[in-house]
Formats: sequence, C-alpha cells, structure tokens
Amino acid sequence: MCLAIPARIVKLEDDRAIVDAMGNQFHARTTLLPHAKLGDLVLVHAGFAISTIDENEARKTWQLIEEIDQFNDTQNKISG
Amino acid sequence: MLQRIRKAQLLMDAACEITGRPINIMEVCGTHTVSIFRNGIRGTLPKTIKLLSGPGCPVCVTHQGYIDTVLELADRDDCLIATYGDMIRVPGKNGSLETKKSAGNVKMVNSSEDALQLAKDNPSKTVVFIAVGFETTAPATAVAVKQAAKEGIDNFCILSNHKLVVPAMQALLSDENNRIDAFLCPGHVSVIIGYGAFREIVEQYCKPCVVAGFEPMQIIEGLAEICRQIIEGKPEAKTIYTAVVTEQGNLTAKSIIAECFEAADGYWRGLGKIPKSTLILKNEFGKFDALKRFGITEKPEEDTTGCRCGEVLCGLIDPPQCELFGQACEPQNPIGPCMVSSEGACAAWFKYNRREKRS
Repeated sequence: MCLAIPARIVKLEDDRAIVDAMGNQFHARTTLLPHAKLGDLVLVHAGFAISTIDENEARKTWQLIEEIDQFNDTQNKISG
Repeated sequence: MLQRIRKAQLLMDAACEITGRPINIMEVCGTHTVSIFRNGIRGTLPKTIKLLSGPGCPVCVTHQGYIDTVLELADRDDCLIATYGDMIRVPGKNGSLETKKSAGNVKMVNSSEDALQLAKDNPSKTVVFIAVGFETTAPATAVAVKQAAKEGIDNFCILSNHKLVVPAMQALLSDENNRIDAFLCPGHVSVIIGYGAFREIVEQYCKPCVVAGFEPMQIIEGLAEICRQIIEGKPEAKTIYTAVVTEQGNLTAKSIIAECFEAADGYWRGLGKIPKSTLILKNEFGKFDALKRFGITEKPEEDTTGCRCGEVLCGLIDPPQCELFGQACEPQNPIGPCMVSSEGACAAWFKYNRREKRS
C-alpha cells in the first residue's frame, strides 16, 4: 500500500494533472508538490504526486511493480 | 553488480563476526517484505543475518476494534463506506466489507478525492472514508478534509486510523523481549517524513536506521550499510535511496498533515496502545470525524482466537510458527490480516517459504 508509482505529467491545470504510468493514464493531484510541471516524472501515491523522480529510477520502479503484479497473480492462482 | 554484492557480503560477514551472534534486522514496510521474498533475498544472506517483517503493512497493523467499527457503520442505511481496495477482505467479528458490499453500502476508491466525489454524487448519504495508511496516505486524506471544509461538503467524514511509523518502532524497541538490532526503514513513507525522522530512534536506542528503495540491490546495500554501522559502532539515520528520500522529506505534505491532524494514543494490532502513534483530526475539523459525527466510540479489541498476527508483526515469531498458518489460514480464506494483504508477512511467506518451519 505504501508503494508509489512513477508517472509522467502529461496534462496539468492548477494542481490537477493527468499522468501516464506504463501507458496507463489517470488523474493525480500535485497539491503536495507545488513546483511540479508538465513533463515531470513524479511518484504518485493514493492519487497524489509526492516527489519528482528521474527517468532511471522510474524505470526501476516500473519493473518492480510488474514483478509484484506477477507475484500477486501467481499467489491468486496458487491459492485459488 | 557482482562486485557490489560481494562488497555487501563482506560487510555482513564482518558484522556477524564482530557481534558473535545473529543480527536481527527488521523491515517496516510491506513492499520491502514482498520484494525480499520475491527476489529470494533471505537465501542470499549469511545465516547469521535474520530478517524480521515488522509492522509495515497498514492493513496488517489495523486493530480489530477499528475493523469492527467500520463494519458497524457499513450496516447503517444512512452511510456509504469509501475504502481503498486493500481493506475490503479483512475479516471482522461480523463478516468483512466484501460481504457487506452486495448491499451497496461499500464502494472501493483509489483516492480520498474519489471518496469526496462519492459524497457529492450521493447527497442523501454520509460518506465515511476509511482513512488508513502511514504518512504516505495521510496527506491525501488531509487534502480531502480541507477541500470538504472549503466547499461545504458536509456529508463527508473520515474514520481515521492513519498511523505514524516512528512511534511504532520506538514501542517495539521498548519491549524488553524485542530482538531487533537495526531497522531497514520504509522507502516511500520516508519520501514524506524524511530520513531525519529516524534520528530520534538512533539517539534513544542506538540502533541503525537505514532507508532503502525496493529493488533487490537497494535492499542488499541497505542491509550492508546497517552492517557497516554495526562494525564501526556508530549507528546513524541514513538513506541510500537518495533518488527520492531527503533528510527533511516533503515539507508541503508534512505541513498539510500538521494542519489537519494531531497525534493521539492509538491501538495497533499486536503492539497494543502506543502513545502519540495515530493521527486524529484536530478540533476545528471535528465535524469530519466519523466517531464524533455518529457519536460512537471504537469497538473494543477482540483478537481472533488462535491468530498470532500480533507476534508476527513484532518480529517475535515467523508465520509458520502460528498453528493456523497454511492450515485454517491461507490467502483465499484468511483469518488474520497478515494473510489478507498481499504485503503481509504471512501471505509472502505462504507464497515462497511454505515448507519452511523455523524455531
């Protein structure tokens, strides 16, 4: 639950952003990151950007998220 | 990379030699727990380095009294429960939110803002947002409460169970039975609170506190940094996750938390009541506090018979030492929260170490 997702800000109006993570677009707020700007890569948690992040670090976290998703899928298959 | 791993192993071996006994390192983050199991990190460590999965999963640390209170509110016709998906399957005394969902009183949301929108869309109901999580989710709740106050959305309230990581770590170390030598501190919680927040633990208890990211190399090098501190006899609060964790953390997020919340004594599963460990709304936002709104108090603690999640969370036992583990309690039919959440120690252990029994 405490894993934030890296995503790129593709649209920004005041503190309301649309962000893109691994091809998925969703809404996020930049209230907690007032200096965030269009094109920035940010860590998004529970609908809020909490930090900027560089490309290299973002890629590592995306990879980790994919692995954890696989982990959860296998877990469901094993237990179900 | 092999060189980095070799260097980490040398530090770990040297630390074990100096102490002459096993070194117990506790991770306090569910995502660390999953990554450690997923990447088989335990198997790569010297036998004398033991990893303990601490109270790092918000679902797992949520006490039974809170769950039962949520379920009671879910039974009310005038309420709509808005919850993160993580909480939906946690069993209470009387079913779970999943079992109440068919009645239409429970909605899953991805953010506090979605919960607020639910309130706007359902003016005849009071939306109760199940505000759980550590310092990573607390600012999101605070923003929603402030927005509700500003826009006059009076049919919105929260049942706060936001937890603070540092007081829990202090409580663990205050227990004379604890076997913790150091903490691997949470990555994204530290984005908010900053690694400086762990300095008081280092000063009070002389235990290394090192923040690491979630990929395997970060975890291994975080453990190695702890070992380096043990060798040198100089415990520090430090981050090796420098890409996103600073000393001060996210000042905007911290100030929004401080504006809306104050720290109060609160219950944790397995750890009991911990002073100043739970965030409750300040008086000026009191009308958004579900307990005040409905004039109720939290249900008393009634732990599930036989479930040893509490001891697991304190690092006192490993999951297989619980009699229910893998028998009556498994991911499809979880009895305790550490098996419900995919970030829970029991669920991770079930997936990867089922055959292992540890004494």
